[in-house]
Amino acid sequence: MDLGKLAKDSALAAFVALILAIPLAGFNTNQPGGNSIGTRWDWVAIAVVVVFVGRFAIGLLPKRRRSDRPPVVSLFLTKHQSILGWVGLGIAIVWPFMPFASQYYLDLATAVLIYIMLGWGLNVVVGLAGLLNLGYAAFYAVGAYTLALTAAYWNFGFWEALPLAGLTSAIVGILLALPVLRLRGDYLAIVTLGFGEIIRIILINWQSFTYGPNGINGLPRPTFFGLPLSARAPSGGKTFAQFLGIDFNLAQRYIYLYFVTLALALIVNLFIIKLRRLPVGRAWEALREDEIATRALGINPVSAKLSAFAVGALLAGFAGVFFATRQGFVSPESFNFQESATVLAIVVLGGMGSQLGIAIAAIILVTLPEFGRDFAQFRMLLFGAAMVGIMIWRPRGLFSIRTPSIRLGETQLGEMRK
Amino acid sequence: MAYFLQQLINGLTLGAIYALIAIGYTMVYGIIGMINFAHGEIYMIGAFVSLITFFVLGTVGVTWVPLALVVVLFSAMFFTSAYGWAVERVAYRPLRGSFRLAPLISAIGMSIFLQNYVQLLQGAQVKSLPPVVTGGFRLMETGGFAVQLSYLQIIIVLVTIALMAGFSVMIAATPLGRAQRACEQDMTMAALLGVDVDRTISTTFLIGAALAAVAGMMVTLYYGVIDFFIGFLAGMKAFTAAVLGGIGSLPGAVLGGFLIGIIEAFWSGYFSSAYKDVAVFGVLVLVLIFRPSGLLGRPEIEKV
Repeated sequence: MDLGKLAKDSALAAFVALILAIPLAGFNTNQPGGNSIGTRWDWVAIAVVVVFVGRFAIGLLPKRRRSDRPPVVSLFLTKHQSILGWVGLGIAIVWPFMPFASQYYLDLATAVLIYIMLGWGLNVVVGLAGLLNLGYAAFYAVGAYTLALTAAYWNFGFWEALPLAGLTSAIVGILLALPVLRLRGDYLAIVTLGFGEIIRIILINWQSFTYGPNGINGLPRPTFFGLPLSARAPSGGKTFAQFLGIDFNLAQRYIYLYFVTLALALIVNLFIIKLRRLPVGRAWEALREDEIATRALGINPVSAKLSAFAVGALLAGFAGVFFATRQGFVSPESFNFQESATVLAIVVLGGMGSQLGIAIAAIILVTLPEFGRDFAQFRMLLFGAAMVGIMIWRPRGLFSIRTPSIRLGETQLGEMRK
Repeated sequence: MAYFLQQLINGLTLGAIYALIAIGYTMVYGIIGMINFAHGEIYMIGAFVSLITFFVLGTVGVTWVPLALVVVLFSAMFFTSAYGWAVERVAYRPLRGSFRLAPLISAIGMSIFLQNYVQLLQGAQVKSLPPVVTGGFRLMETGGFAVQLSYLQIIIVLVTIALMAGFSVMIAATPLGRAQRACEQDMTMAALLGVDVDRTISTTFLIGAALAAVAGMMVTLYYGVIDFFIGFLAGMKAFTAAVLGGIGSLPGAVLGGFLIGIIEAFWSGYFSSAYKDVAVFGVLVLVLIFRPSGLLGRPEIEKV
């Protein structure tokens, strides 16, 4: 590498950074007292220096071809996928009985499981079928609100609402996607992006039906075969604790919700693994790779895409119910664009199409903000940058590589190129 | 009648702003065939640069309004187009020839990044600018309702039309425009014939961002309040405008922009302003169902 040319390139990049930084970093309108403006030239200087040094350092690195050998981590993960999956399951099962497992850790683990479920659901749409759903939070809003509204109007419990929520969400998904699926994929992306915002506007404004921006409180919790996990039973019934003849403890409720979530997550996982082996799953992956060739083989692309989209929406509906019951409360603001972006970031980082990679990504992305408020502030900034970076440097995902569902003949891991 | 006329005026003003943003979508779509999700954010950055320039001019002591407007216009166009260029260079160019979803995911990542970047640097709360251009005409008065046409609305529509005319001429008659149209038809062939494809695409992003910056400046003047999230809905509506007019078609984007502005103004004027965004989204879905090629677009033919 010619150092002079590299220095010139770096200077150019630094100059661009200077122009970019002057208005937005150099001036600060975020002042107490309104219409005044402050300056931060030191920030501009830092940005310029960082870009110069960064560009120079990247230039010094040895050049590597894109999609060369997958990194050691992904190879390891892919090679030991099933063992790691079982180990993960084992940890998940004993987690609530660990000495450190306080209510906080249980609640966090339940949240992680919900996001893993959401990630797997979106993975069917994005990773397997190659369709982009940018309003995934809207579908899980439909699930969460199905629980909240059926409970508020008809006194439905958790278990009655769960299948209904999945169904409603899937129907909404089908109605939304049907008109745009015959067009180019980009249109689906923008329609779902818009839908994510629209559903929030409707939830906020349709006050007579959805209780508006205040949301709905006191959502039902899952019962154990009809036995509620609470201190007092409704008249004539028994609580779970009374039935077993033990003292009621709030931790029981958290542990139970955790295991119900874990069970559903496992069912979802098996469901997706089975689907991938069925003709419809094969059709999704074929469509993702080459739509025209797939059509030539006699597969109806619209119905195949629609089924993928509906399965994604169905799983989002289920996850929405768990989300709502975990919080005990729903409001439109829980389902903003950031939620959709977080789930998409989980799928992209985990490696589109890889179940294990997505689970790892969900664990990392959901628990990271808990480590510090500073991090929480920069979370979305980092997610956005990470999505761009991964598409450029590691389009198959950070933690894992997608294993093809079917391949011809014997191949070795080292030869996994595409 | 007076009320109708007033809504029409408001709709045309709004439509001019959407049209300016829609041109950016349609040009980028025409040349590289992708939806630039970050374009709404570019418009938002344009609005912030305008606001900051107004504040700086106020601090320096420039009070003559026409001078201030011209300075802000050029400052917004300059800095914002730098952002447009950088977005293309960083997030899209390395992905040319990657798999189909890659540029879309990269674009949405860029959009998330820019939103949070501005939020972190300039704060999350709404920013307001005191009115700069005031006054206007009173066109007619019936039954206590006066139809107002402000100077600002005239400026917005005139600047929009002038810029569009300028860019139409540029695309029709300059070497740059010829290169753009060549890349649009066949990028490989254009490259073989000596067109610098990378540079042409970069220029397209520069122009799109400059027009979005003008839209951002106009919106800052018109509403006087902006925040880091305005790019999301405005981008959505401008995209709807581009699709309605026929994506890839420049006059289509302008026509679509004005139509969407008018639809939104009439919907808020006659039905409910709470659901005006829902109405525009409904238009997008209806257009995609019944006329996906838009009003002035050519139907897309898929080739093997």
